[in-house]
Amino acid sequence: MALLKGGKSVDDAWQRIDGDEVLPETGPVVVDLSRWQQDRESLIARADAVGVRLQSDDDPESLAGDLDHLTLIALDFPGFKDGRAYSSARVLRERHAFKGELRAVGDVLLEHLLFMHRCGFDAFEIQSDDPERDWQIAVDDFDVWYQPTADGRPTALQRRSS
Amino acid sequence: MYRYDEFDQALVTQRAKQFARQVERRLAGELTEDQFLPLRLKNGLYLQLHAYMLRINVPYGVLSSRQLRKLAHIARTYDKDYGHWTTRQNMQFNWIRLEDMPEILLELASVEMHGIQSSGNCIRNTTADEYAGVAADEVEDPRVYCEIIRQWSSLHPEFSYLPRKFKIAVTGSDNDRAAVKVHDIGLRLYRNEAGEAGFEVFVGGGLGRTPFVGESIRAFLPTRDLLSYCEAILRIYNQLGRRDNKYKARIKILVHEMGLDEFGRQVEEEWERIREGALTLPDEEIERIRTHFEPPPYESLPAESAAYLAKRTQNQDFATWADQQLADHKQPGYAIVNVSCTPIGRAPGDISSGQMEVMADLADRFSFGELRVTHNQNLVLTDVRQEDVFTLWEALISAGLATANHGLISDTICCPGLDYCSLANARSIPLAEKLSARVADTSRQQEIGEIYVNMSGCINACGHHHVGNIGIVGVDKKNSELYQLMLGGSAEADASLGKILGPGFDEDGIIDAIERIVDAYVSLREDGERFIETYRRLGPAPFKEAAYDGTTQGR
Repeated sequence: MALLKGGKSVDDAWQRIDGDEVLPETGPVVVDLSRWQQDRESLIARADAVGVRLQSDDDPESLAGDLDHLTLIALDFPGFKDGRAYSSARVLRERHAFKGELRAVGDVLLEHLLFMHRCGFDAFEIQSDDPERDWQIAVDDFDVWYQPTADGRPTALQRRSS
Repeated sequence: MYRYDEFDQALVTQRAKQFARQVERRLAGELTEDQFLPLRLKNGLYLQLHAYMLRINVPYGVLSSRQLRKLAHIARTYDKDYGHWTTRQNMQFNWIRLEDMPEILLELASVEMHGIQSSGNCIRNTTADEYAGVAADEVEDPRVYCEIIRQWSSLHPEFSYLPRKFKIAVTGSDNDRAAVKVHDIGLRLYRNEAGEAGFEVFVGGGLGRTPFVGESIRAFLPTRDLLSYCEAILRIYNQLGRRDNKYKARIKILVHEMGLDEFGRQVEEEWERIREGALTLPDEEIERIRTHFEPPPYESLPAESAAYLAKRTQNQDFATWADQQLADHKQPGYAIVNVSCTPIGRAPGDISSGQMEVMADLADRFSFGELRVTHNQNLVLTDVRQEDVFTLWEALISAGLATANHGLISDTICCPGLDYCSLANARSIPLAEKLSARVADTSRQQEIGEIYVNMSGCINACGHHHVGNIGIVGVDKKNSELYQLMLGGSAEADASLGKILGPGFDEDGIIDAIERIVDAYVSLREDGERFIETYRRLGPAPFKEAAYDGTTQGR
């Protein structure tokens, strides 16, 4: 599994903590939502960065008041046909102005990168032999968009009236 | 009609190239069939019983002669020389090879056409009244807003992996010819008391295994808020719609399980957050799109053409056809002409490449080069001078397109059924052909009057059997094809769902039963009463008695 960020394969410094696993002394950790809710105070008190991993049926609203404490939110695609995390991403970015890393995890392929990016994801745990090539192919597919999202790509309407 | 600008064209061409790559990756084994499936579906490509089927969008049913000629070319070059109009105003080709798809999509892109989102769990082609822009009873032109929805819904990054497919329809007239109440979102365009244009919004309608008539979720939505409101509905649906069972994944089930009030509350809450945002439609953009739907350069003509009236008197066959196929035009001296693609004894909606060429030529000669596809799987020439109607009729006769059955019993809606479809339990096309052959006589059909017969080969209801005045659905019982009969459905403004009449019939038995039901109606109706009205007045009892009279079917 490779981590793709800013179009480049990068090392993943984050350590994933499943359920009640013991936390490492140091280093950034990603916990699931129930762990976050249970150990919120001690997690906030850690010196290193903390992230939360949401399942596709977790409500992103449940993190609305905690975003200042989170450096990363991972949104899970249990299968690529489960598109709930596209909405979760837009809710976090656009409704709550989350500025940290929004990471797509789970069943992530080349063919999904561009729409994910448009919805606000900026990091991808992708199954691929050559993630950087995949990224280049995916973002080169289209340069016309009708939908305004927070990704900053100008819409056809904005370009028509400019 | 709407013509692409550089941005629209670029998107469709880029999409064709993207799919060429995806096909290449599939053929090279870089994508599994499971991974490829949603990608090909979002380009309209299904795998059917015998071959790939390609569904091509005809946006809200509006088609130019140039586009129709391209479809004829594709039918001849890549298929078996015919195509099929669908109940959602699209075209289907039934014998496509995967390897040809990249080329076909580029051909389509060259005439501003595509198969984007004609299938898959995403927002499908938006449909509209086939008389949009010309109907005498129209309040506002729905095509303007259909085009706005088309653009917003195309490659929507958030809504491309919905729980299930999503269909939107718009009507601009009180006589709903777009069946908006059986869509996921139905929009009724009207003017409020202050004279402002807006929509009544219906949600949660749909057919399939669990049919629902859509309910009104908002009485008046200003036109500038169309997209933010649709986005709010889709976001709630995408987040909360069921994904555990594909048969319970449509928005109608969500609305039903949450209740309309709670669903509506959540939509309004989301809408309040986004309504003043970037989706608000600028007046200039609505006007820019409206300029594409300006009326064609009509001539000033008297309300009635003397030449047309004279031909009617001289030629009884012509008068009979005209009575059935013409509808009132808002422009004096012009007529809306319905062209039946459901001839007696033939599959509803099939059209040969030769007939497509003829229709394209006739559109150029008589109707400003434009055509419409109807949800009844027929065609319309919207702007024909009355004085040209006779010449047009003669040309239609030569092409085998002059059947006079618009809105009559032989003008059935029918799905592909077991002859093509991998889901079907029973054949539907041969049944439609048989019924139509049984009631072939035009004067008898006209005596019976308006009656909508809809047939599906299985409970998925692609033939809209729930909203046929008479609905037929194929079921599989002990490995033999059996047909159930429903009465009382309607897709019009007063939409209703049909109810099963009783035990099912075999193929011949159901044709006999329909004939007896129709005979009962004719003897029971009061002056000017349509079938649906008689049924609503009397209920199922007399029809049930007629249907099962003297038979042992299903007992």
